[in-house]
Amino acid sequence: MTTPLLEARALVKTYGHVQALRGANFTAYAGEVVALIGDNGAGKSTLVSCLSGTSQADAGEVWFEGRQVRLDSPAHAQRLGIEVVYQDLALAADLDPAANLFLGRELMRPGVLGWFGVLDRRRMREEATAAFGELGIELPDAGTRVSSLSGGQRQSVAVARSVAWASKVIFMDEPTAALGVVQRERVLDVMRRVRDRGIAVVLISHNMPEVLAVADRVEVLRLGQRVARFDIAGVSLDDLVGAMTGALDVTDGAA
Amino acid sequence: MSGTSKALPARPPATLASRLATTNVLWIFVVLVALVLFFTAVQPNFANPLNIRSIAADNAALLVLAVGMTFVIVSAGIDLSIGSVLIFSGVVAAKVMLAVGGDPRDPSAGAADAGWGVIGLGILAGLLAGLAWGVINGLLVAKARVPPLIATLGTLGMALGASYLLTGGTDVRGIPRQLAGTLGFGLVLNSVPWLVVIAAGVAVVLGLVLAYTRFGRYTYAIGSNPEAARRVGIRVDRHLIKVYALMGLLSGLAGVMSLAHFSTTTISGHSADNLAAIAAVVLGGTSLFGGSGRVTGTVIGVLIPAVLQSGFVTIGVNPYWQNVAVGAVLVAAVYLDQVRRRARERA
Repeated sequence: MTTPLLEARALVKTYGHVQALRGANFTAYAGEVVALIGDNGAGKSTLVSCLSGTSQADAGEVWFEGRQVRLDSPAHAQRLGIEVVYQDLALAADLDPAANLFLGRELMRPGVLGWFGVLDRRRMREEATAAFGELGIELPDAGTRVSSLSGGQRQSVAVARSVAWASKVIFMDEPTAALGVVQRERVLDVMRRVRDRGIAVVLISHNMPEVLAVADRVEVLRLGQRVARFDIAGVSLDDLVGAMTGALDVTDGAA
Repeated sequence: MSGTSKALPARPPATLASRLATTNVLWIFVVLVALVLFFTAVQPNFANPLNIRSIAADNAALLVLAVGMTFVIVSAGIDLSIGSVLIFSGVVAAKVMLAVGGDPRDPSAGAADAGWGVIGLGILAGLLAGLAWGVINGLLVAKARVPPLIATLGTLGMALGASYLLTGGTDVRGIPRQLAGTLGFGLVLNSVPWLVVIAAGVAVVLGLVLAYTRFGRYTYAIGSNPEAARRVGIRVDRHLIKVYALMGLLSGLAGVMSLAHFSTTTISGHSADNLAAIAAVVLGGTSLFGGSGRVTGTVIGVLIPAVLQSGFVTIGVNPYWQNVAVGAVLVAAVYLDQVRRRARERA
């Protein structure tokens, strides 16, 4: 088997009295869509935040491209090519889509102006337009504020931002929860296309038909531990639900 | 996608006019022009250059404060301490000038005859004093997570108390005459007061910074959604400290300007500066909830109360009506902003 792109080994994370992760493992390979599923409180969000630098595990290791890494900030994870589409989208609603796409990575004007921190707004707008177009995302106007976009359009901006910057791993936390049927299909399509570029796409979802439709592999969390791993071929909805609820007892390593 | 399936067009660069219209700055500009025309029609003397010059000079320090307040409010914060910081900076500047440049044989004269070296040292001390309070505000808000309203209410009291402790409650006099004669009421090219030149310079430079630089963009982003800014790797705490430090520095500058203008420290005269600056910013179309606003609007927001005040005096109406009018307009402006936001959330 190839080296995993991103791997969590026995992560432990405690919030006060709550042990969110109790030695959780997780593996993502390049060029696959892996679904991370689990019931509420299984530790999915905590695992994602530990793997994207938003929070740090109390114990355990994170391995990236065969080396152990310490993700001490989101910026660090981003430098490694790891991006997250948050459930709440994490967009600045008063800024336009281009500004959101380049938020924290603004392009500067060349020369003295750039030295003074002057933004190259035209180039950012052009590149943003290209990035949106590449994903087949249509926006009424790159210059309008995100707050005046529809829910689906906002979702598109958040997805496009992560896709534009992720070179290795992209986490998508319930990316289709607020979307209609057509938009949902489009996001799934984007996930497949990103996977085909060799990027690991981690889908966090409660929607089992969606998981079955798009994922290549499934990893199941329960009570802060990985309890099952499935290849999508031959797996049934009952298997997934059984592993999530504990009805089906599978050990960590099973595939 | 949801009916709007037009491909993303390369947006033509927005003209100044269209940008003004979309940010409501146009509307308050129209109000300002209407006020000026009205007062001039009733009393032609209103448009007399001397009157306009004195309106501008009297409001120069307020403009400096309001420009800083624009950054603070765009970042979804507030700074109530600016009046006290202004006083404290003025006191520090004056004390330093007296200590360095005073004539020991004639203490009653203070530093009236001191030269530019002494003045420069005093100005520097005043600016640093303001900057220090700004950094304290920033640390309290960003690091200690004290809500800005309370943090700056605390430093309002502390800076004012410290000013009274330093002076014993009496205004410091004996300010260098050269300072008063140039910065205080001197004219550039015999026409524009120094105070106005400085305030306009501050407004232009910081207006460009807010609109066109990364510093400005981070200020909007943090005011709009601090968590989103944090997640993309923006150092939100550090940026907020910078914003409050800038506000403190500008309060220090306003303190020096006021010191020069009045030739004394006016320690009891700035209790409403914070309200005046916040009112100007909000009148200028900046949202109290952060995330949007422009310095252009703030400039007009400073001028409207100034024109009302002077206009009422000119046409013989009791000038206290200005307070009533500005208060009403302020409440209306925030109400409209609320309505807009609610409509947007429903959409």
